[in-house]
Amino acid sequence: MLEVAQLTKRFGGLVAVKDLSFSIRPGEILGLIGPNGSGKSTAMLTVMGVIAPSSGSIKLEGAEIGGLPSHKVARKGVGLIFQHSRPLNRQTVLENIKVALIPDRLNMMFHSAEIDEQARAIAERAGLGAVLERKPPTLAFADLRRLELAKAIARHPKLVLVDEPFAGLTASEVGAFSELIREFRSEGRAVLLVDHNVKGVAALVDRAVAMYLGERIAEGTAAEVMRDETVRRVYLGGALTRTTREAAAFAGAAHLLAVQDVVVRYGKALALQGVSMHVSEGEFVAVVGLNGAGKTTLFNAISGLVPHAGTVRWNGSPLGGMTAASVARGGVVQCPETRELFGDMTVRENLDLGGHLLQPADLTQRREWLFDLFPILRDRESQVARTLSGGEQQMLAIARALMMDPKLLILDEPTLGLAPVILETLSKALERLRNTTNLTVLLGEQNVTFALPHADRLYVLDHGKLVWEGPPDRFEAEAAETYL
Amino acid sequence: MIVRGPILRSRTVLAGIVILVIGAFVPLFFSGYVLGLLTVAFYTAVFAMAWDLLFGFAGEVNFGPTFLIGLGAYTAGILDARLSPAISIWLCIVAGAAAAVIGGVVLALPALRVRGPYFGLTTLVAVLILQNVVVVFAGLTGGEIGLSVPDVMSVSETTNYWIAFGFMAISGAILYGLARSPVGLVLQASGQDPVQAGALGFNVTKHKLFAFIVSAFFSGLAGALMVFYMGTASVGTFVDISVGVQIIVAAVLGGRRTVMGAAIGAVFLIGMGEALRPLGELATLIVSLIALAVVMFFPDGFLGMLQKRSNDG
Repeated sequence: MLEVAQLTKRFGGLVAVKDLSFSIRPGEILGLIGPNGSGKSTAMLTVMGVIAPSSGSIKLEGAEIGGLPSHKVARKGVGLIFQHSRPLNRQTVLENIKVALIPDRLNMMFHSAEIDEQARAIAERAGLGAVLERKPPTLAFADLRRLELAKAIARHPKLVLVDEPFAGLTASEVGAFSELIREFRSEGRAVLLVDHNVKGVAALVDRAVAMYLGERIAEGTAAEVMRDETVRRVYLGGALTRTTREAAAFAGAAHLLAVQDVVVRYGKALALQGVSMHVSEGEFVAVVGLNGAGKTTLFNAISGLVPHAGTVRWNGSPLGGMTAASVARGGVVQCPETRELFGDMTVRENLDLGGHLLQPADLTQRREWLFDLFPILRDRESQVARTLSGGEQQMLAIARALMMDPKLLILDEPTLGLAPVILETLSKALERLRNTTNLTVLLGEQNVTFALPHADRLYVLDHGKLVWEGPPDRFEAEAAETYL
Repeated sequence: MIVRGPILRSRTVLAGIVILVIGAFVPLFFSGYVLGLLTVAFYTAVFAMAWDLLFGFAGEVNFGPTFLIGLGAYTAGILDARLSPAISIWLCIVAGAAAAVIGGVVLALPALRVRGPYFGLTTLVAVLILQNVVVVFAGLTGGEIGLSVPDVMSVSETTNYWIAFGFMAISGAILYGLARSPVGLVLQASGQDPVQAGALGFNVTKHKLFAFIVSAFFSGLAGALMVFYMGTASVGTFVDISVGVQIIVAAVLGGRRTVMGAAIGAVFLIGMGEALRPLGELATLIVSLIALAVVMFFPDGFLGMLQKRSNDG
């Protein structure tokens, strides 16, 4: 069905995909696996025609489709289920599905009964029957994913590309979504699943191809790929380093940051319901909680980015009423989950902007220190931030925050979407900061495995409330239950 | 074809019908002066609706609506000035619309290849070029003084009012219907998420070019008609950047992605400007401040506010 041979894609000097070859048969599900920045998404978008290949060939049923614009690739029978999309928010679910069924002609001025019927059938199949007349902004996340699936299969593609099929879904939703994807296989379609790790899609794929830094590193059944030496090295790296400090070291210390009864509302929704917590100087504190627990809201309240009730004290004086900029100049620097890098500026320019308040000599010194902390940034110094891989962008975001010479660094979900090999690098950097500086860190994490070794103390946040506080060694016994 | 019930219940359509009914009674009660003012407002309404098709649906900001309008107006005006009485003004008007479409395609073909703000900048530069061409070839275009055309559609204010009113109603119905049609849906999808629209098999450039052609056609046609209402064509009324800004403000003020809203915004802007005329120079300032406040605090415009209330209720 699909034959990809010696596919290469360069963005400027960056080789995103290098000599990649793989094939998919009709009725087969192939997993294309790789950590962030491995080039798997680029490869998928190149097959779809969204990105033009630099060299190599892509054949669908023997006909070359490499380099065709995406609408032509789509008409030859390729569909893509996007991970993120912007549906038409003023139109209903049914109308959104109809869009996918409209022929690519300009003389279609009236809605047809036939398209209406087809759209309803597709919606039923994708499990959207109950929400046909609702508008996308009112839908649950899982239903939005179903809408994407419905649109992608509307034209009966022979090859379906699926970008991170299970991101953000609960276990039961994963089951339902897997079933829909298996149906594609039984209908004789070829399916390409793109995902971070093998484990998540192991039950679904017939075969997997693992990628790292743009190249194929392994191919075989899911079990074979998981056993592969190279794959294990890329994914697992070394074990997470763990150093424990004296748990009681900060027991009597003065509170650098003290949060008292903070409440935040977003319209009708109560995002934080009276949170009180504190961080002592030099302490590494982690706030763990699932998506939507209120971690980012808490950090934004501290940084002065959202209005809130209650008090936030910094070094004893209240921060209420100060602008986000003056809070940051006061030494509380947040490194947001979304990174917020200046995409069109180079690594160097991003760093220098972070250090704009420093004297030139201090700035140079600090930049050198950060290049030692994250050596890859030195190699990327004159590269534009937008073209960095996810892990490199995260390192740059942290480095830029550190350029501001913070007393308290707030790290919001630094591991989000990153592969284990990059976690290892981040982990080592945090360890070094903990051992060689007197920096104070407030870490927000969903990933407890990452948070535990780096915390002197943990808070568990659940539905806007703190439900547990304690040292990392008591977490498993006391809090793991509430967290999972 | 399915006649869909909700269309009649849509507030946008209701607002359109109410305005048409009110408009039909205006000539019975108001002076020729008011009618003349509304005639200009109705042509401006068509400019704004044609612009909304591009911005609201295709997602492309055209900073140069007056490039298309000016092409239509000057083509029609020059033809009439040179060839009258051998040529009918209606032929001149058709030629004006055709010139706007051709000019639009010539501009859009390369401009649609560039992304984001660059499309807007290209259209802005096009206006400046047209403005310079008009001034440089003064012998043909009348230059900065303006071009006077020998013929007008009618000397009766009432007749001119009905022509403008009918033209606006028909253009509005066509543009609104188009926006609601399957092609309009694809256009919206292409504007919001071009990557996905492409992956669904739609030629995004083709659809955007189509929107540009339709927008150019109505802009050029309205520009040409307006020349034969005013009897003159000048840079200050048809080409200047400030005219384009007024059209854009009208469309945003009325409500993006509604078509009808653009017409309401245009009539409001021109009506307010006139109502406040006793204040002299202050009038423009006050109208601008109102427009600024609406854009800043109610970015969905007048009709957007209406629609939101109907969704809540």
